[in-house]
Amino acid sequence: MFLIVGILILIGLGFNALGAFSLYRFPDVYTRLHGATKCTTFGTLFTMFAVVAYSLGKLVSTGEARFGVFIIHGAVAALVLLITNATGAHAIARAAHRSGIFPALAVVDRLEEKEEAKGGSSR
Amino acid sequence: MFAAAFSGLLAVAVLGRLVAGPTVADRAVALDTMNTLVVGLMMILAAVYDSVVMVDVAIVYAGLSFVGTMFIARFIEGEV
Repeated sequence: MFLIVGILILIGLGFNALGAFSLYRFPDVYTRLHGATKCTTFGTLFTMFAVVAYSLGKLVSTGEARFGVFIIHGAVAALVLLITNATGAHAIARAAHRSGIFPALAVVDRLEEKEEAKGGSSR
Repeated sequence: MFAAAFSGLLAVAVLGRLVAGPTVADRAVALDTMNTLVVGLMMILAAVYDSVVMVDVAIVYAGLSFVGTMFIARFIEGEV
């Protein structure tokens, strides 16, 4: 069981490191958001799975009820993180596009053209 | 314990983008990343110290960081 915990936590820390690294290697806001949000959400989720597996092992080996509470609260934390991170990243990307930040290597902005053709409610 | 130290180190490493980001949106992305890393750190520390209370703190921290991120996004859009 503790080998599984070690593997899960190594996966989580590896993805967290990739997410932090991607903040420095990507050229503009959108690619940074892509790298950082996806990698850190996945990595932190795996860290939480490691914590849940650890307390599951403790529950099986000792049989105390408080480790069951630990498992439930860990699952709730994972669910909250999964929902809020995706929504927050979408809000940041939408705000960045509406405030007029252009992607670094892009040539055309099809979303801008579509919104202007629809009635120009953008910005 | 080593995992907690490494996660804290990553959260500090993100500070560089938070300081040097060219636009406000870059800083918001760095802050969001840092909040996620701190939630993971709290979970690891909860497992190390065997305390359920720290998991509850992590849940509330995640919710509050979500509220903060949404507020910053609205502020960048100029609707506040």
